[in-house]
Amino acid sequence: MEAILAVVIGVLYATGLYLMMRRNIAKFIIGLALLSHGANLLIFTAGGLSRGKAPIIPEGAEAPAGLIADPLPQALILTAIVISFALLAFALVLFLRTHQEIRTDDMERLRSTDR
Amino acid sequence: MNEPAHSLATSLPVLLIAAGGGFAVAALIPWLRWLLGERSTLAAALFPLAITAWLAAQAPAVFGGQPVAFRLPWISDLGLDLALRLDGLGLLFGLLIAGIGTLVVLYTRGYLHGHPDQHRFVMFTLMFMSSMLGVVFSENVLLLFIFWELTSFTSYLMIGFHHDQEASRKAALQALLVTGAGGLFLLAGLIMAGHAAGSFDLSGIIAGRDQVLASPLFPWILGLILIGAFTKSAQVPFHFWLPNAMQAPTPASAYLHSSTMVKAGVYLLARLHPAFGSSELWQLVVTGFGAATLLTGALMASGQVYLKRLLAYTTVGALGAMVMGLGIGTDAALKAVAAFLLAHAAYKAALFLVAGIIDHETGEKNVTKLGGLIQVMPRTGTAALVAAASMAGLPFTFGFIGKELFYTELAARPLLAAGFFIAGACFMLVAWQTGIRPFFATRTETPKHPHEAPWSMTFGPLLLGLVSLTLGIVPGLADGLAGAAASAMRGHPLEVHLHLWHGLNLPLLLSALTLAVGAAMIATASGWRSVAEALAPAARFGPDRLYDAKLKGLVAFAGWQTRFLQNGSLRRYLLVTVITLCALVVVSFARADMALAFRALSPVNLPMALLSVLVILSAIAATLSTSRLGAVAAMGVVGFSVAVFFIFFGAPDLAMTQLVVETLSVVLLVSAFYYLPPFAKRSTWRGRARDLTVSVFAGAVVTLLVLVASGVQLRDPISSYYAETSVPMGHGRNIVNVILVDYRGLDTLGEITVLAVAGLGSLALLKLRAKAGGKP
Repeated sequence: MEAILAVVIGVLYATGLYLMMRRNIAKFIIGLALLSHGANLLIFTAGGLSRGKAPIIPEGAEAPAGLIADPLPQALILTAIVISFALLAFALVLFLRTHQEIRTDDMERLRSTDR
Repeated sequence: MNEPAHSLATSLPVLLIAAGGGFAVAALIPWLRWLLGERSTLAAALFPLAITAWLAAQAPAVFGGQPVAFRLPWISDLGLDLALRLDGLGLLFGLLIAGIGTLVVLYTRGYLHGHPDQHRFVMFTLMFMSSMLGVVFSENVLLLFIFWELTSFTSYLMIGFHHDQEASRKAALQALLVTGAGGLFLLAGLIMAGHAAGSFDLSGIIAGRDQVLASPLFPWILGLILIGAFTKSAQVPFHFWLPNAMQAPTPASAYLHSSTMVKAGVYLLARLHPAFGSSELWQLVVTGFGAATLLTGALMASGQVYLKRLLAYTTVGALGAMVMGLGIGTDAALKAVAAFLLAHAAYKAALFLVAGIIDHETGEKNVTKLGGLIQVMPRTGTAALVAAASMAGLPFTFGFIGKELFYTELAARPLLAAGFFIAGACFMLVAWQTGIRPFFATRTETPKHPHEAPWSMTFGPLLLGLVSLTLGIVPGLADGLAGAAASAMRGHPLEVHLHLWHGLNLPLLLSALTLAVGAAMIATASGWRSVAEALAPAARFGPDRLYDAKLKGLVAFAGWQTRFLQNGSLRRYLLVTVITLCALVVVSFARADMALAFRALSPVNLPMALLSVLVILSAIAATLSTSRLGAVAAMGVVGFSVAVFFIFFGAPDLAMTQLVVETLSVVLLVSAFYYLPPFAKRSTWRGRARDLTVSVFAGAVVTLLVLVASGVQLRDPISSYYAETSVPMGHGRNIVNVILVDYRGLDTLGEITVLAVAGLGSLALLKLRAKAGGKP
């Protein structure tokens, strides 16, 4: 299963990066979202896939019984999901306002300040 | 070597204060200025004066072969201790640095009178002085390097004092780059030498010289150290920075470029002479470069007409003479170097100070347009006369003694003697032009109406003139100082006895001949100048032009790579970042010889495999979609599918979060895209092909990374600890939640902060509206 997921992650990275290199602002946003999914799955897979139970300790027990899924990557990914959502939302608003002010959604026309 | 004379307690403060105190005193100067106004300069002069007095008081012990030492462990593991030591060589240099430093600070009072930044210059001077004292007192070579670089840095500030002038800034930068780059070579050389000798103390390197000399790296060690010394002491081919540095205010030139900083390279060679002087390579290279510099400096000087440039080129020549003497390295040569060093510092600093007075009072820098100044400035003229006589090497001046000692050694080496002879005649020409002609030629009109300079400015040259004269008549007074310095250069005690009269011998004959040829050159001075002017275009091929070309090339390269790498286009940034990152990953894979060893792979599950296909197809659909809504929908499918993965592999918390966030994202995107125009086809097919190649490459690298990573387990996971302690310590049954709010609570706080800032930022952006034609 890891091999299949590795390919899925690779495809998510490739499509995400390709979209981020487009000149449309909107495509950049979608690319960003795909890239985040890829990154989250990457951490998830690298932490080890197990069809085990959720990392929840049953009532009355001190420790989980038997094999459970690794809780640490899950905690990291939970943080990552929320942060990438914040990033997505902020980037979206930023581009929206840029478009309203500068009247373009073309990335290549947003570079005059650096030259 | 004898044991240090003073206990740690008595010697601790002064050596350390001398080497570091200038920075502290410099920090006090703004307050002194607030209290005392321009008189603060006089107060500042007390610091170098006190150090001079203390050094003079140590002389008897040092002459007796008992150095003063001080050691404070600093970073001992790296071989770096705060180890300072005052021996004969350090004393000679220390007296020159602190003594001339006192005179220079005093001189500044008159030279920069009324200048709003006078105190700033005094600060730089004191900082420089302490750095320079640190160089000559350092016992540890790494410490020596630190002070060495500090002198480059502080001299940059002094040369660039007139920072509103472009020429001044350029000269300062050139001096910094040349000597600073040389310093890096020096560091490499010193570290290699220290490793070979097994000690980073100078005495340790000298004691372990056999290992260093036998080391296969010795040519490298010597070469690197020599580059450091040669850049600092303006030896050919690095001599060009010194005449250019004459943009500095004259007190800085008198201090840095005649008597102290440029002699740091000579000092280093003298200091390392006991270690490396016996090697043939040293003798050949050091003597050769010294002789070449001596001739270059002397000949180039004879073509100059500007006061300070005349002096600068002869300084280059004099430094060459000292380096040449250190290359020869016989007892007589080392004694000659010690005496010549003292003589040169005394007359050259005086002549620089006089040059500053002439420029200050007349506003004229060209010696051919000056004359008759003795009538209006008798004190300056007297000092100049004595200094010029010493430079020319006339009897009854100390310059004569130094020259005689050189001839004594060189008599057996006709080639070097001839070089010294020519240089001596050129020096005489320059002495006449800078010290005598402006005062005794026919009176001329100058841009300013000249007056005698104030005592603060004439005191220094007069005192230095007195030193030249006294030591010239009673040279025995310098026996102790020259002897102690020569002993340190030799590595064992040497007796020095200086006499005015050596009897009628070859050196005296050579001296007399030099005077005759020099006099002839003076008589035909204008002819020499026209020859030099005719040769001037050859400077186009000189190292100065090479420096300019290199610097220009560097700036052009920096500009090109900035425009290429950071052209303001987000795609360019992405391309550069992704390609670099992937290349690094691929290289480290290739080097680490990674095998695709799978740890227990989980079995393929059909529904999940089908879901994977769905994710891949949706991601591609999102990429290819020409409608905004279609792309968002495809993205949503990917997000929800990822949530299903999470559920399947035992992560219900993730799945819940993912579902909520994905829903929000889709809603947000759909509503926002309403305001954006439809997708337009903008990229060329070549651009698409390039981006596609890079993206696919990056995706392949990531796939490889995941496959390799799932086979690597560097250490036991910490997760079992969380699982075991979640209930007893965290009092929670959902381990992921306990990790988030307890073990990694601060992380979560950070996450919430990011969310809040992003929300606030978005709100501000949406509320922010530029008023028509005004600021937002």
